[in-house]
Amino acid sequence: MKRTHWILIAAAAVVVAIAAVAVHMMMAPPDDLDMARSKLSEQKFYLATVAPEQEPLRQGELHAWVLTLATPDNKPVEGATIAVDGGMPQHGHGLPTSPQMTSYLGEGRYRIEGVKFNMAGWWELKFAISAPPGDDRVTFNLVL
Amino acid sequence: MRAASTRFRLGAFVAVSMLVTGCQPTEFSDAEKQTIASLALSALPPLPDDPTNKVANDPAAAALGATLFFDTRMSANGAVSCSTCHLIDRQFQDDLPLAKGIGTTNRRTMPLAGVAWSPWFFWDGRRDSLWAQALVPMENPVEHGGNRAAFAHFIAANFHDRYERIFGPLPDLSGVPANAGPLGDAAEKAAWDTMTDAQRGDVDRIFSNIGKMIATFERSIAPKETRFDRFAAALAAGKEPQGDAAFSNEEMLGLKLFIGKANCVTCHNGARFTDNHFHNTGVPVVAGLPEDLGRETAVKEVAADPFNCLGKFSDAGPAACGELRFMVTAGEALTRAYKTPSLRGAADRPPYMHAGQIETLEAVLDHYATAPAAPSGTSEVHPVTLSERERGALIAFLRALSG
Repeated sequence: MKRTHWILIAAAAVVVAIAAVAVHMMMAPPDDLDMARSKLSEQKFYLATVAPEQEPLRQGELHAWVLTLATPDNKPVEGATIAVDGGMPQHGHGLPTSPQMTSYLGEGRYRIEGVKFNMAGWWELKFAISAPPGDDRVTFNLVL
Repeated sequence: MRAASTRFRLGAFVAVSMLVTGCQPTEFSDAEKQTIASLALSALPPLPDDPTNKVANDPAAAALGATLFFDTRMSANGAVSCSTCHLIDRQFQDDLPLAKGIGTTNRRTMPLAGVAWSPWFFWDGRRDSLWAQALVPMENPVEHGGNRAAFAHFIAANFHDRYERIFGPLPDLSGVPANAGPLGDAAEKAAWDTMTDAQRGDVDRIFSNIGKMIATFERSIAPKETRFDRFAAALAAGKEPQGDAAFSNEEMLGLKLFIGKANCVTCHNGARFTDNHFHNTGVPVVAGLPEDLGRETAVKEVAADPFNCLGKFSDAGPAACGELRFMVTAGEALTRAYKTPSLRGAADRPPYMHAGQIETLEAVLDHYATAPAAPSGTSEVHPVTLSERERGALIAFLRALSG
């Protein structure tokens, strides 16, 4: 009886190890990933909200997003300079394109063109914001 | 009772561990089925428009483009056409490590099926439209070895009426030298410099239109349905695959590895099995060839190309030039990065990689499994352990992407 238990425990350990390797290779995104599309920037200067112009997101297609910036008390932020960055943290590479803020749409809304996700998995979309309240950064997570 | 229960638990464990390790029986999860469906030819979007080429859907342009594609008079020695390297009965490629025109190039000929779905052309994406791509070999001294003034005269002399029915009146070329071009030999460059801006513009217009007609023909070369597509269609419909659509256990395992542990699908994704992007995968340099930095050099070249999407010979406005306007222009990721090739039909067209460095599929798997360091830049590939059985399975699956 005891021997059977040991075999089972050893076998279970092997299964867990194999599963762990499989999960690592498949690079599933973390379970607790913050998927919020609206959040405060790192220094809390801005309340940032992102939305793609078209959903669902399509892998491999160039598309645009709208970044909406407000102060924490919900006043639109105008005249911001925005730099876009990002990538796949689990792959160690950046975005396949170099997206840019191309127009101000009014009421704190900025159009971000040239976004593309060429692979499935966990992506980060990062914005460096420069406006009168101060320089700040915000990162959004996406899973395709 | 207790012994029976233990036996049951052991049996369940064995079943679970077989699934986890990819042993038989091979079944696909819902997520895997979704990935398989995304690779099937039925997931290929309709032929994309090419707003940079106003004759992209004109049958007359496709017909004259086809004629030009096969016409060896479109070369300096009268012996080279596009079809010299893009062989119609060989998936429009030539089975050689390095393409041979008048001389030998530095790169492997790319097949053409589905090329119109690609945002970038050549292994390094140094052109951003199919027609701008078609122009480059025509003036490369080791390919067609021609010059644009000669090509313009050739069209006027041989295809005058057909050209005019597509593009309108040809300009007067009587004052244009027989041989002239900005990329030619010293005499051709000197002749180009003697021409007026209007003459150069006329020649460039005809030259770009030659590219557009050839591109229009090439747009008709679509990927063909394969055994994998028939298998995927049955799987998506929840039906048992019949006839040659039925996969062997080995092919099933290969597909499972392709979309799972072997990580192939990370880059070889979508119905064309390519993410249309550029990656450094640590492919070795070829001794004797000039330094080749891949995408790093190409981004500068395409940005400066007068025939790019933003140039005056493009029929599109800037709004259609997103790939060019938002391309990554700097950074280490560009160094020795090359385009992910489609894997459709790949099993039937060794050798592999951008300069034919790897002779067999088996050796390609060895390369990706061992993930050697890149000659320059950093390889994106991570090593993966594949058993002999798994290697055989992956190759069996890749063969199901042909025919």
